[in-house]
Amino acid sequence: MTGTSGRDDVTVTLRLPPNAAHVRTARLIAAAMARRSGVGEDVLDEVRLAVGEACARAVRVQERQGVVAPVTLEFGEAGRFSVSVLDSAKTGSGDEIAAVAGGLNAAAPWADTSGDSLGLALLGAVVQDLEVDQEGDRGTRVTMSWPIS
Amino acid sequence: MDLTLNTRDEAGHTVLAVSGEVDVYTAPALRDRIADLLDSGQHQLVIDLGGVEFLDSTGLGVLVAGLNRAREVGGSLSLVCPQERVLKLFRITGLDEVFTVHSTVDEALGSPSAG
Repeated sequence: MTGTSGRDDVTVTLRLPPNAAHVRTARLIAAAMARRSGVGEDVLDEVRLAVGEACARAVRVQERQGVVAPVTLEFGEAGRFSVSVLDSAKTGSGDEIAAVAGGLNAAAPWADTSGDSLGLALLGAVVQDLEVDQEGDRGTRVTMSWPIS
Repeated sequence: MDLTLNTRDEAGHTVLAVSGEVDVYTAPALRDRIADLLDSGQHQLVIDLGGVEFLDSTGLGVLVAGLNRAREVGGSLSLVCPQERVLKLFRITGLDEVFTVHSTVDEALGSPSAG
């Protein structure tokens, strides 16, 4: 198992091969789960975008490090609809995900055309409630949540 | 793959119509198509995002890289984006200041300073 501090409100867990092709799968499932949990229709675009960005980031960092372990998504619906995306890549080395959760946004995210900085800028902007947990070499857990109406 | 790319020549420009989902999986195809157009001497590009259902950071990065490459060869790359949902992504990332964004293809073609 990757990441840190397990959650006790998880209702559905999804493990995907760390391939770009499956990021779409993650988006579709996240949107379906969000709708089922009672997240407002007007927020589904944000859920789709945020989960897509979090998964794309996880796939990119694992690909760069050649980590083939699955990327894990955990969905919860205790009070709020929440999604955690867990990767197994080593933390650090140019990955600014922790800084985004701290409210720091790059001044010119487009200077980096890999999409990394743009992805973090989007994540930071569309997710009000973003939490990042990193524990050394054990990967990163990005948790996002939205109100249930 | 859930991405369709169609090119046509119009009013001295090459219009690349993109439809479907541009994400971490499909964006490389868009990147390659833009590179092919620029390599083959088609330097005045209009990218029509009217049919785009989803766009992520990888897609945005590909568009920025395309703009940079177009400028390097003395060309231009402007965008057509009628959808508020997609436009919002450009605003969030500050890319609305980087690109010339039009709401229709006609407007993009009619603007001599496009890109």
